[in-house]
Amino acid sequence: MAVTAEQKLDARKLRADFPIFEQEIHGKPLAYLDSAASSQKPRYVLDAMTEFYETSYANIHRGVYDLGERATEAYEGAREKARAFINAESTREVIFTRNVTAALNLVAYAWGLDNLGPGDVVVVTEMEHHSNFVPWQYIAGRTGAQFAAIPVDHEGELQLDQLDSLATRGRLKVVACTYVSNSLGTVNPVEKLTAWAHGQGAIMVVDAAQAAPHRPLDVQALGCDFLGFTGHKMCGPTGIGVLWGRRELLEQMAPFELGGHMIRKVTLEHTTWNELPAKFEAGTGPIAEAVGLGAAIDYVGEVGLDALERYERELLDYALPRLAEVPGLKLFGPAAERRAGIVSFEVEGVHPHDVAQILDWEGVAVRAGHHCNQPLMSKLGVPATTRASFYLYTLPEEIDRLVDGLHKVRQTFA
Amino acid sequence: MSEMDNLYREVILDHYKNPRGHGVIEGADAEAEGQNPLCGDEVSIFVSFDGDKIEDVKFRGRGCAISQAATSMLMEMVKGRTAQEVAALDREELLEEVGIPLTPIRLKCALLGLGVLKLALHKGKGTALPDEWAGLAEDLELK
Repeated sequence: MAVTAEQKLDARKLRADFPIFEQEIHGKPLAYLDSAASSQKPRYVLDAMTEFYETSYANIHRGVYDLGERATEAYEGAREKARAFINAESTREVIFTRNVTAALNLVAYAWGLDNLGPGDVVVVTEMEHHSNFVPWQYIAGRTGAQFAAIPVDHEGELQLDQLDSLATRGRLKVVACTYVSNSLGTVNPVEKLTAWAHGQGAIMVVDAAQAAPHRPLDVQALGCDFLGFTGHKMCGPTGIGVLWGRRELLEQMAPFELGGHMIRKVTLEHTTWNELPAKFEAGTGPIAEAVGLGAAIDYVGEVGLDALERYERELLDYALPRLAEVPGLKLFGPAAERRAGIVSFEVEGVHPHDVAQILDWEGVAVRAGHHCNQPLMSKLGVPATTRASFYLYTLPEEIDRLVDGLHKVRQTFA
Repeated sequence: MSEMDNLYREVILDHYKNPRGHGVIEGADAEAEGQNPLCGDEVSIFVSFDGDKIEDVKFRGRGCAISQAATSMLMEMVKGRTAQEVAALDREELLEEVGIPLTPIRLKCALLGLGVLKLALHKGKGTALPDEWAGLAEDLELK
Protein backbone atom coordinates (compact mmCIF):
# COMPACT_ATOMS: atom_id res chain seq x y z
CA MET A 1 0.00 0.00 0.00
CA ALA A 2 1.33 3.39 -0.93
CA VAL A 3 2.10 5.70 1.92
CA THR A 4 1.27 9.32 1.11
CA ALA A 5 3.02 12.02 3.05
CA GLU A 6 0.69 14.29 4.99
CA GLN A 7 0.38 17.68 3.37
CA LYS A 8 1.99 20.32 5.58
CA LEU A 9 0.95 23.92 5.84
CA ASP A 10 3.62 26.64 5.63
CA ALA A 11 1.97 29.70 7.16
CA ARG A 12 4.99 31.93 6.57
CA LYS A 13 4.89 31.18 2.86
CA LEU A 14 1.10 31.55 2.60
CA ARG A 15 1.26 34.88 4.37
CA ALA A 16 3.09 36.37 1.42
CA ASP A 17 -0.08 35.77 -0.65
CA PHE A 18 -2.00 38.29 1.47
CA PRO A 19 -1.33 41.96 0.57
CA ILE A 20 -2.85 43.19 3.85
CA PHE A 21 0.21 41.99 5.76
CA GLU A 22 2.46 44.38 3.84
CA GLN A 23 1.46 47.23 6.16
CA GLU A 24 2.25 48.09 9.75
CA ILE A 25 -0.33 48.94 12.41
CA HIS A 26 0.84 51.50 14.99
CA GLY A 27 4.37 50.89 13.73
CA LYS A 28 4.18 47.13 14.24
CA PRO A 29 3.52 44.20 11.93
CA LEU A 30 -0.16 43.28 11.77
CA ALA A 31 -1.05 40.27 13.90
CA TYR A 32 -4.56 39.63 12.60
CA LEU A 33 -6.24 37.36 15.16
CA ASP A 34 -9.83 38.04 14.11
CA SER A 35 -10.33 35.63 11.23
CA ALA A 36 -13.44 34.14 12.85
CA ALA A 37 -15.10 37.50 12.19
CA SER A 38 -13.75 37.66 8.65
CA SER A 39 -10.62 36.33 7.02
CA GLN A 40 -8.13 38.32 4.98
CA LYS A 41 -7.98 37.82 1.21
CA PRO A 42 -5.16 36.33 -0.85
CA ARG A 43 -4.09 38.03 -4.05
CA TYR A 44 -5.29 34.96 -5.95
CA VAL A 45 -8.91 35.71 -5.02
CA LEU A 46 -8.59 39.47 -5.59
CA ASP A 47 -7.02 38.85 -9.01
CA ALA A 48 -9.71 36.37 -10.00
CA MET A 49 -12.41 38.94 -9.29
CA THR A 50 -10.58 41.77 -11.02
CA GLU A 51 -9.87 39.64 -14.05
CA PHE A 52 -13.50 38.58 -14.23
CA TYR A 53 -14.67 42.20 -14.10
CA GLU A 54 -12.08 43.24 -16.68
CA THR A 55 -12.62 40.45 -19.18
CA SER A 56 -15.84 38.48 -18.68
CA TYR A 57 -18.39 40.59 -16.84
CA ALA A 58 -22.04 40.82 -17.87
CA ASN A 59 -25.32 39.89 -16.28
CA ILE A 60 -26.00 36.17 -16.21
CA HIS A 61 -28.71 33.79 -17.42
CA ARG A 62 -30.04 36.33 -19.93
CA GLY A 63 -27.67 37.54 -22.61
CA VAL A 64 -27.41 35.50 -25.78
CA TYR A 65 -24.20 37.38 -26.51
CA ASP A 66 -20.77 35.93 -25.87
CA LEU A 67 -19.93 37.94 -22.76
CA GLY A 68 -23.20 36.97 -21.07
CA GLU A 69 -22.48 33.33 -21.74
CA ARG A 70 -18.97 33.57 -20.33
CA ALA A 71 -20.23 35.31 -17.21
CA THR A 72 -22.91 32.64 -16.75
CA GLU A 73 -20.29 29.94 -17.18
CA ALA A 74 -18.09 31.55 -14.51
CA TYR A 75 -21.04 31.86 -12.10
CA GLU A 76 -22.21 28.31 -12.62
CA GLY A 77 -18.61 27.10 -12.48
CA ALA A 78 -18.39 28.61 -9.01
CA ARG A 79 -21.57 26.78 -8.05
CA GLU A 80 -19.98 23.50 -9.12
CA LYS A 81 -16.91 24.30 -6.98
CA ALA A 82 -19.18 25.00 -4.01
CA ARG A 83 -21.00 21.72 -4.62
CA ALA A 84 -17.76 19.75 -4.67
CA PHE A 85 -16.49 21.64 -1.61
CA ILE A 86 -19.30 20.25 0.54
CA ASN A 87 -19.78 17.03 -1.46
CA ALA A 88 -23.40 17.79 -2.32
CA GLU A 89 -25.15 15.44 -4.74
CA SER A 90 -26.17 18.12 -7.22
CA THR A 91 -25.65 21.81 -8.00
CA ARG A 92 -29.45 22.11 -7.87
CA GLU A 93 -29.09 21.87 -4.11
CA VAL A 94 -26.56 24.73 -3.97
CA ILE A 95 -28.20 28.13 -3.55
CA PHE A 96 -26.15 31.31 -3.56
CA THR A 97 -27.14 33.70 -0.79
CA ARG A 98 -25.69 36.88 0.67
CA ASN A 99 -24.15 35.10 3.69
CA VAL A 100 -25.06 32.45 6.28
CA THR A 101 -27.57 34.78 7.93
CA ALA A 102 -29.48 35.01 4.66
CA ALA A 103 -29.23 31.23 4.19
CA LEU A 104 -30.66 30.52 7.63
CA ASN A 105 -33.40 33.13 7.26
CA LEU A 106 -34.35 31.48 3.99
CA VAL A 107 -34.85 28.12 5.76
CA ALA A 108 -36.59 29.62 8.79
CA TYR A 109 -39.07 31.54 6.62
CA ALA A 110 -39.56 29.33 3.60
CA TRP A 111 -39.61 26.02 5.48
CA GLY A 112 -40.65 27.21 8.91
CA LEU A 113 -43.71 29.31 8.09
CA ASP A 114 -45.37 26.41 6.25
CA ASN A 115 -44.27 23.55 8.47
CA LEU A 116 -44.45 24.85 12.03
CA GLY A 117 -47.45 25.36 14.26
CA PRO A 118 -48.77 24.98 17.81
CA GLY A 119 -47.55 21.79 19.47
CA ASP A 120 -44.31 21.79 17.44
CA VAL A 121 -40.91 22.39 18.96
CA VAL A 122 -37.90 24.14 17.46
CA VAL A 123 -34.62 23.38 19.22
CA VAL A 124 -31.48 25.48 18.89
CA THR A 125 -28.48 25.59 21.25
CA GLU A 126 -27.35 28.11 23.81
CA MET A 127 -24.17 28.67 21.81
CA GLU A 128 -25.87 29.58 18.52
CA HIS A 129 -24.81 32.73 16.77
CA HIS A 130 -27.79 35.10 16.69
CA SER A 131 -28.15 34.24 12.99
CA ASN A 132 -29.22 30.66 13.83
CA PHE A 133 -31.10 31.70 16.96
CA VAL A 134 -33.14 34.83 16.28
CA PRO A 135 -34.78 33.67 13.00
CA TRP A 136 -35.97 30.46 14.69
CA GLN A 137 -37.14 32.26 17.81
CA TYR A 138 -39.04 34.69 15.60
CA ILE A 139 -40.60 32.12 13.26
CA ALA A 140 -41.53 29.88 16.22
CA GLY A 141 -43.28 32.91 17.71
CA ARG A 142 -45.06 33.68 14.43
CA THR A 143 -46.32 30.10 14.03
CA GLY A 144 -47.11 29.32 17.67
CA ALA A 145 -44.39 26.66 17.91
CA GLN A 146 -42.31 26.28 21.06
CA PHE A 147 -38.71 27.42 21.05
CA ALA A 148 -36.08 25.75 23.23
CA ALA A 149 -32.30 25.60 23.49
CA ILE A 150 -29.94 22.74 24.29
CA PRO A 151 -27.96 24.03 27.29
CA VAL A 152 -24.19 24.45 27.34
CA ASP A 153 -22.06 23.14 30.24
CA HIS A 154 -19.17 24.88 32.01
CA GLU A 155 -16.68 23.53 29.47
CA GLY A 156 -18.66 25.16 26.68
CA GLU A 157 -20.04 21.91 25.32
CA LEU A 158 -23.61 20.91 24.60
CA GLN A 159 -25.38 18.99 27.35
CA LEU A 160 -26.63 16.12 25.26
CA ASP A 161 -28.17 14.43 28.31
CA GLN A 162 -30.86 17.14 28.10
CA LEU A 163 -32.05 16.03 24.67
CA ASP A 164 -34.66 13.57 25.88
CA SER A 165 -36.35 16.08 28.13
CA LEU A 166 -36.50 18.57 25.25
CA ALA A 167 -38.19 15.91 23.13
CA THR A 168 -41.03 15.54 25.63
CA ARG A 169 -42.18 19.12 25.07
CA GLY A 170 -44.03 18.40 21.85
CA ARG A 171 -43.46 17.34 18.26
CA LEU A 172 -39.84 18.07 17.49
CA LYS A 173 -39.67 19.69 14.05
CA VAL A 174 -36.34 21.51 13.77
CA VAL A 175 -32.92 21.10 15.32
CA ALA A 176 -30.65 24.02 14.41
CA CYS A 177 -27.05 23.82 15.54
CA THR A 178 -23.73 25.37 14.73
CA TYR A 179 -20.96 22.98 13.68
CA VAL A 180 -18.26 25.10 15.33
CA SER A 181 -19.02 27.74 17.98
CA ASN A 182 -17.92 31.20 16.88
CA SER A 183 -17.07 32.35 20.38
CA LEU A 184 -15.77 29.19 22.07
CA GLY A 185 -14.46 27.17 19.14
CA THR A 186 -16.35 24.11 20.36
CA VAL A 187 -16.74 21.48 17.66
CA ASN A 188 -20.23 20.04 18.09
CA PRO A 189 -21.22 16.40 17.45
CA VAL A 190 -23.33 17.25 14.42
CA GLU A 191 -23.69 13.64 13.21
CA LYS A 192 -25.01 12.58 16.60
CA LEU A 193 -27.47 15.48 16.74
CA THR A 194 -28.61 14.75 13.20
CA ALA A 195 -29.35 11.14 14.12
CA TRP A 196 -31.33 12.34 17.13
CA ALA A 197 -33.22 14.95 15.09
CA HIS A 198 -34.14 12.42 12.41
CA GLY A 199 -35.14 9.85 15.04
CA GLN A 200 -37.62 12.43 16.33
CA GLY A 201 -38.88 13.27 12.86
CA ALA A 202 -37.20 16.69 12.80
CA ILE A 203 -35.06 18.37 10.17
CA MET A 204 -31.42 19.19 10.96
CA VAL A 205 -30.08 22.64 10.09
CA VAL A 206 -26.33 23.21 10.38
CA ASP A 207 -24.59 26.57 10.58
CA ALA A 208 -21.17 25.85 9.07
CA ALA A 209 -19.93 29.47 9.01
CA GLN A 210 -17.00 28.65 11.31
CA ALA A 211 -16.52 25.07 10.09
CA ALA A 212 -16.18 25.60 6.34
CA PRO A 213 -12.96 27.65 6.56
CA HIS A 214 -11.21 25.15 8.81
CA ARG A 215 -12.19 21.54 8.18
CA PRO A 216 -13.41 19.32 5.36
CA LEU A 217 -17.22 19.30 4.95
CA ASP A 218 -19.34 16.51 3.54
CA VAL A 219 -23.08 17.10 3.70
CA GLN A 220 -23.83 13.52 2.68
CA ALA A 221 -21.70 12.11 5.50
CA LEU A 222 -23.13 14.58 8.02
CA GLY A 223 -26.62 13.53 6.96
CA CYS A 224 -28.15 16.94 7.74
CA ASP A 225 -30.97 18.59 5.77
CA PHE A 226 -29.73 22.16 5.43
CA LEU A 227 -26.27 23.69 5.81
CA GLY A 228 -25.02 27.23 5.35
CA PHE A 229 -21.54 28.62 4.85
CA THR A 230 -20.09 31.94 3.76
CA GLY A 231 -17.25 33.10 1.53
CA HIS A 232 -15.74 35.92 3.54
CA LYS A 233 -14.56 33.76 6.42
CA MET A 234 -12.62 31.46 4.06
CA CYS A 235 -10.51 33.87 2.00
CA GLY A 236 -13.41 34.83 -0.26
CA PRO A 237 -15.25 38.13 -0.69
CA THR A 238 -18.18 39.41 1.36
CA GLY A 239 -21.69 39.25 -0.07
CA ILE A 240 -21.65 35.58 -1.08
CA GLY A 241 -22.75 32.58 0.93
CA VAL A 242 -24.25 29.20 0.21
CA LEU A 243 -27.34 27.43 1.41
CA TRP A 244 -27.22 23.75 0.71
CA GLY A 245 -30.52 21.93 1.13
CA ARG A 246 -31.82 18.45 0.49
CA ARG A 247 -33.44 18.53 -2.92
CA GLU A 248 -36.83 17.07 -1.95
CA LEU A 249 -37.18 19.65 0.83
CA LEU A 250 -36.18 22.55 -1.41
CA GLU A 251 -38.67 21.38 -4.02
CA GLN A 252 -41.52 21.24 -1.51
CA MET A 253 -40.74 24.66 -0.09
CA ALA A 254 -42.39 27.89 -1.14
CA PRO A 255 -39.99 30.54 -2.45
CA PHE A 256 -38.57 33.14 -0.09
CA GLU A 257 -37.66 36.22 -2.13
CA LEU A 258 -39.77 36.95 -5.18
CA GLY A 259 -38.92 38.75 -8.38
CA GLY A 260 -36.78 38.28 -11.44
CA HIS A 261 -35.07 35.02 -12.39
CA MET A 262 -36.97 32.92 -9.83
CA ILE A 263 -40.08 32.70 -12.01
CA ARG A 264 -41.12 30.37 -14.82
CA LYS A 265 -44.20 32.18 -16.10
CA VAL A 266 -45.89 35.35 -14.93
CA THR A 267 -49.42 36.35 -15.86
CA LEU A 268 -51.82 38.84 -14.37
CA GLU A 269 -53.55 35.99 -12.56
CA HIS A 270 -50.75 33.68 -11.55
CA THR A 271 -46.99 33.10 -11.34
CA THR A 272 -45.14 29.81 -11.38
CA TRP A 273 -41.64 29.22 -10.05
CA ASN A 274 -38.40 28.43 -11.75
CA GLU A 275 -36.60 25.15 -11.06
CA LEU A 276 -33.89 24.75 -8.44
CA PRO A 277 -31.69 26.56 -7.57
CA ALA A 278 -33.14 29.57 -9.45
CA LYS A 279 -36.37 29.35 -7.42
CA PHE A 280 -34.43 30.71 -4.43
CA GLU A 281 -32.23 33.22 -6.29
CA ALA A 282 -34.42 36.22 -7.07
CA GLY A 283 -32.79 39.18 -8.76
CA THR A 284 -29.28 39.65 -10.09
CA GLY A 285 -26.97 37.51 -7.98
CA PRO A 286 -23.55 38.25 -6.52
CA ILE A 287 -21.78 37.40 -9.77
CA ALA A 288 -18.19 38.51 -9.23
CA GLU A 289 -18.49 37.47 -5.59
CA ALA A 290 -19.35 33.94 -6.73
CA VAL A 291 -16.24 33.96 -8.91
CA GLY A 292 -14.28 35.10 -5.85
CA LEU A 293 -15.80 32.32 -3.76
CA GLY A 294 -14.81 29.81 -6.42
CA ALA A 295 -11.24 31.11 -6.32
CA ALA A 296 -11.25 30.96 -2.51
CA ILE A 297 -12.39 27.33 -2.64
CA ASP A 298 -9.51 26.60 -5.03
CA TYR A 299 -7.05 28.41 -2.78
CA VAL A 300 -8.13 26.73 0.45
CA GLY A 301 -8.29 23.40 -1.38
CA GLU A 302 -4.72 23.86 -2.57
CA VAL A 303 -3.60 24.51 1.01
CA GLY A 304 -5.58 21.43 2.04
CA LEU A 305 -8.34 21.46 4.64
CA ASP A 306 -6.83 18.49 6.47
CA ALA A 307 -3.50 20.31 6.67
CA LEU A 308 -5.29 23.46 7.80
CA GLU A 309 -7.14 21.63 10.56
CA ARG A 310 -3.87 20.04 11.79
CA TYR A 311 -2.05 23.38 11.70
CA GLU A 312 -4.73 25.15 13.71
CA ARG A 313 -4.57 22.35 16.25
CA GLU A 314 -0.80 22.99 16.58
CA LEU A 315 -1.48 26.70 17.12
CA LEU A 316 -4.09 25.86 19.76
CA ASP A 317 -1.76 23.46 21.55
CA TYR A 318 0.73 26.31 21.73
CA ALA A 319 -1.73 29.11 22.54
CA LEU A 320 -3.82 27.54 25.32
CA PRO A 321 -0.96 26.91 27.81
CA ARG A 322 0.74 30.22 26.91
CA LEU A 323 -2.46 32.14 27.60
CA ALA A 324 -3.01 30.23 30.82
CA GLU A 325 0.34 31.68 32.03
CA VAL A 326 -1.15 35.19 32.12
CA PRO A 327 -2.22 35.92 35.72
CA GLY A 328 -5.94 36.62 36.11
CA LEU A 329 -6.79 35.25 32.67
CA LYS A 330 -9.74 32.91 32.42
CA LEU A 331 -10.12 30.77 29.32
CA PHE A 332 -13.55 29.69 28.07
CA GLY A 333 -14.32 26.64 25.97
CA PRO A 334 -13.25 23.01 25.75
CA ALA A 335 -9.86 21.29 25.47
CA ALA A 336 -7.84 21.68 22.27
CA GLU A 337 -8.93 18.33 20.84
CA ARG A 338 -12.56 19.38 20.84
CA ARG A 339 -12.21 22.89 19.45
CA ALA A 340 -11.27 24.84 16.35
CA GLY A 341 -8.74 27.70 16.29
CA ILE A 342 -10.86 30.08 18.36
CA VAL A 343 -9.99 31.16 21.92
CA SER A 344 -12.23 33.32 24.10
CA PHE A 345 -11.04 34.64 27.42
CA GLU A 346 -11.53 37.18 30.17
CA VAL A 347 -8.88 39.25 31.91
CA GLU A 348 -9.90 39.78 35.51
CA GLY A 349 -11.02 43.35 36.21
CA VAL A 350 -10.57 44.57 32.64
CA HIS A 351 -13.37 44.91 30.12
CA PRO A 352 -12.73 43.16 26.77
CA HIS A 353 -13.01 46.49 24.95
CA ASP A 354 -10.08 47.83 26.94
CA VAL A 355 -8.15 44.61 26.39
CA ALA A 356 -8.68 44.86 22.62
CA GLN A 357 -7.78 48.56 22.58
CA ILE A 358 -4.45 48.01 24.30
CA LEU A 359 -3.69 45.01 22.09
CA ASP A 360 -4.43 47.15 19.03
CA TRP A 361 -1.58 49.47 19.94
CA GLU A 362 0.67 46.41 19.86
CA GLY A 363 -0.56 45.68 16.33
CA VAL A 364 -2.62 42.72 17.56
CA ALA A 365 -6.20 42.69 16.22
CA VAL A 366 -8.65 40.71 18.35
CA ARG A 367 -12.41 40.86 18.74
CA ALA A 368 -14.06 42.15 21.89
CA GLY A 369 -17.77 41.83 22.46
CA HIS A 370 -20.60 39.37 22.79
CA HIS A 371 -19.83 37.84 19.37
CA CYS A 372 -23.55 37.75 18.53
CA ASN A 373 -23.92 35.20 21.32
CA GLN A 374 -25.80 37.09 24.02
CA PRO A 375 -27.55 34.00 25.51
CA LEU A 376 -24.17 32.25 25.74
CA MET A 377 -22.53 35.29 27.37
CA SER A 378 -25.20 35.38 30.06
CA LYS A 379 -24.67 31.63 30.60
CA LEU A 380 -20.94 32.25 31.04
CA GLY A 381 -21.78 35.13 33.38
CA VAL A 382 -19.88 37.77 31.40
CA PRO A 383 -21.11 40.75 29.35
CA ALA A 384 -18.52 40.06 26.69
CA THR A 385 -15.25 38.25 26.06
CA THR A 386 -12.03 38.89 24.19
CA ARG A 387 -11.58 36.46 21.31
CA ALA A 388 -8.49 35.52 19.35
CA SER A 389 -8.99 33.37 16.26
CA PHE A 390 -6.46 31.77 13.95
CA TYR A 391 -6.21 30.95 10.30
CA LEU A 392 -3.80 29.63 7.71
CA TYR A 393 -1.61 32.75 7.90
CA THR A 394 -1.32 32.87 11.71
CA LEU A 395 2.22 32.53 13.07
CA PRO A 396 3.22 31.21 16.51
CA GLU A 397 5.05 34.48 17.24
CA GLU A 398 1.76 36.31 16.85
CA ILE A 399 0.49 34.28 19.78
CA ASP A 400 3.60 35.40 21.69
CA ARG A 401 2.75 39.01 20.85
CA LEU A 402 -0.81 38.43 22.06
CA VAL A 403 0.50 37.08 25.36
CA ASP A 404 2.99 39.97 25.73
CA GLY A 405 0.17 42.41 25.00
CA LEU A 406 -1.98 40.81 27.68
CA HIS A 407 0.80 41.36 30.22
CA LYS A 408 0.71 45.04 29.20
CA VAL A 409 -3.05 45.08 29.77
CA ARG A 410 -2.45 43.77 33.28
CA GLN A 411 0.20 46.43 33.96
CA THR A 412 -2.02 49.25 32.70
CA PHE A 413 -4.90 48.20 34.93
CA ALA A 414 -2.82 47.06 37.90
CA MET B 1 3.27 60.20 25.70
CA SER B 2 1.98 57.31 23.60
CA GLU B 3 -1.62 57.06 22.45
CA MET B 4 -2.19 54.33 24.95
CA ASP B 5 -0.91 56.31 27.91
CA ASN B 6 -3.14 59.08 26.67
CA LEU B 7 -6.33 57.01 26.46
CA TYR B 8 -5.81 55.26 29.74
CA ARG B 9 -4.50 58.32 31.52
CA GLU B 10 -4.40 58.23 35.28
CA VAL B 11 -7.65 60.10 35.84
CA ILE B 12 -9.64 57.64 33.67
CA LEU B 13 -8.18 54.64 35.46
CA ASP B 14 -8.82 56.32 38.82
CA HIS B 15 -12.49 56.91 38.03
CA TYR B 16 -12.77 53.37 36.68
CA LYS B 17 -11.26 51.78 39.76
CA ASN B 18 -12.85 54.16 42.29
CA PRO B 19 -16.08 55.29 40.69
CA ARG B 20 -17.73 58.37 42.25
CA GLY B 21 -21.42 58.21 43.01
CA HIS B 22 -21.44 54.48 42.60
CA GLY B 23 -24.47 52.71 44.03
CA VAL B 24 -28.24 52.71 44.13
CA ILE B 25 -30.67 55.28 45.55
CA GLU B 26 -33.50 53.39 47.21
CA GLY B 27 -36.81 55.00 46.31
CA ALA B 28 -35.18 57.23 43.70
CA ASP B 29 -37.43 59.83 42.07
CA ALA B 30 -36.29 58.71 38.64
CA GLU B 31 -34.16 55.97 37.19
CA ALA B 32 -33.16 54.70 33.78
CA GLU B 33 -30.89 52.10 32.30
CA GLY B 34 -29.12 51.67 29.01
CA GLN B 35 -26.84 49.31 27.18
CA ASN B 36 -24.37 49.70 24.43
CA PRO B 37 -25.08 46.58 22.37
CA LEU B 38 -21.77 46.89 20.53
CA CYS B 39 -19.70 45.93 23.51
CA GLY B 40 -22.13 45.11 26.29
CA ASP B 41 -21.59 48.24 28.41
CA GLU B 42 -24.43 48.68 30.90
CA VAL B 43 -25.33 51.68 33.03
CA SER B 44 -28.24 52.34 35.41
CA ILE B 45 -28.71 55.82 36.88
CA PHE B 46 -30.78 56.85 39.92
CA VAL B 47 -31.77 60.45 40.65
CA SER B 48 -33.46 62.14 43.59
CA PHE B 49 -34.71 65.71 43.27
CA ASP B 50 -35.11 68.65 45.60
CA GLY B 51 -37.59 70.66 43.56
CA ASP B 52 -35.96 70.85 40.16
CA LYS B 53 -32.51 70.43 41.59
CA ILE B 54 -30.64 67.12 41.36
CA GLU B 55 -30.18 66.43 45.05
CA ASP B 56 -28.42 63.11 44.61
CA VAL B 57 -27.40 60.96 41.69
CA LYS B 58 -25.85 57.51 41.63
CA PHE B 59 -25.02 54.88 39.05
CA ARG B 60 -24.16 51.29 38.75
CA GLY B 61 -23.00 49.40 35.72
CA ARG B 62 -20.40 47.28 34.11
CA GLY B 63 -18.44 47.86 31.01
CA CYS B 64 -15.23 49.24 29.61
CA ALA B 65 -13.05 51.75 31.45
CA ILE B 66 -14.21 54.61 29.21
CA SER B 67 -17.94 54.03 29.79
CA GLN B 68 -17.65 53.60 33.53
CA ALA B 69 -15.11 56.40 34.10
CA ALA B 70 -17.12 58.86 31.99
CA THR B 71 -20.28 58.06 33.96
CA SER B 72 -18.39 58.49 37.21
CA MET B 73 -17.17 61.93 36.06
CA LEU B 74 -20.70 62.82 35.05
CA MET B 75 -21.98 62.12 38.59
CA GLU B 76 -19.60 64.75 39.93
CA MET B 77 -20.53 67.23 37.22
CA VAL B 78 -24.30 67.24 37.64
CA LYS B 79 -24.98 66.98 41.34
CA GLY B 80 -26.68 70.18 42.59
CA ARG B 81 -27.61 71.40 39.10
CA THR B 82 -31.20 71.61 37.88
CA ALA B 83 -32.79 68.92 35.76
CA GLN B 84 -33.43 71.44 32.98
CA GLU B 85 -29.83 72.58 32.95
CA VAL B 86 -28.49 69.01 32.81
CA ALA B 87 -31.06 67.97 30.19
CA ALA B 88 -29.58 70.71 28.00
CA LEU B 89 -25.99 69.83 28.89
CA ASP B 90 -23.80 69.82 25.83
CA ARG B 91 -21.98 66.53 25.42
CA GLU B 92 -18.79 68.48 24.77
CA GLU B 93 -18.79 69.51 28.42
CA LEU B 94 -18.48 65.87 29.44
CA LEU B 95 -16.05 65.01 26.66
CA GLU B 96 -13.78 67.87 27.76
CA GLU B 97 -13.75 66.40 31.22
CA VAL B 98 -12.95 62.94 29.82
CA GLY B 99 -10.23 64.71 27.92
CA ILE B 100 -9.02 61.99 25.56
CA PRO B 101 -9.36 61.51 21.80
CA LEU B 102 -12.10 58.98 21.06
CA THR B 103 -12.90 56.96 17.97
CA PRO B 104 -16.60 56.82 16.97
CA ILE B 105 -17.02 53.46 18.69
CA ARG B 106 -15.41 54.62 21.93
CA LEU B 107 -17.44 57.84 21.77
CA LYS B 108 -20.56 55.72 22.27
CA CYS B 109 -18.95 54.23 25.36
CA ALA B 110 -18.13 57.67 26.75
CA LEU B 111 -21.62 59.05 26.12
CA LEU B 112 -23.63 56.10 27.42
CA GLY B 113 -24.00 57.52 30.95
CA LEU B 114 -25.05 60.96 29.72
CA GLY B 115 -27.74 59.43 27.51
CA VAL B 116 -29.07 57.35 30.39
CA LEU B 117 -29.06 60.35 32.74
CA LYS B 118 -30.99 62.48 30.25
CA LEU B 119 -33.47 59.65 29.91
CA ALA B 120 -33.90 59.51 33.70
CA LEU B 121 -34.48 63.28 33.78
CA HIS B 122 -36.97 62.93 30.94
CA LYS B 123 -38.84 60.31 32.93
CA GLY B 124 -38.70 62.26 36.19
CA LYS B 125 -39.18 65.83 35.04
CA GLY B 126 -40.44 65.57 31.50
CA THR B 127 -37.38 67.30 30.10
CA ALA B 128 -36.82 66.77 26.41
CA LEU B 129 -34.50 64.17 24.99
CA PRO B 130 -32.72 66.55 22.59
CA ASP B 131 -32.82 65.73 18.87
CA GLU B 132 -29.13 64.99 18.78
CA TRP B 133 -29.79 62.06 21.10
CA ALA B 134 -32.77 60.63 19.26
CA GLY B 135 -30.67 58.58 16.87
CA LEU B 136 -28.14 57.63 19.48
CA ALA B 137 -30.86 56.72 21.97
CA GLU B 138 -31.92 53.96 19.62
CA ASP B 139 -28.34 52.79 19.16
CA LEU B 140 -27.87 52.66 22.88
CA GLU B 141 -31.14 50.79 23.38
CA LEU B 142 -32.26 53.39 25.87
CA LYS B 143 -35.44 52.29 27.52
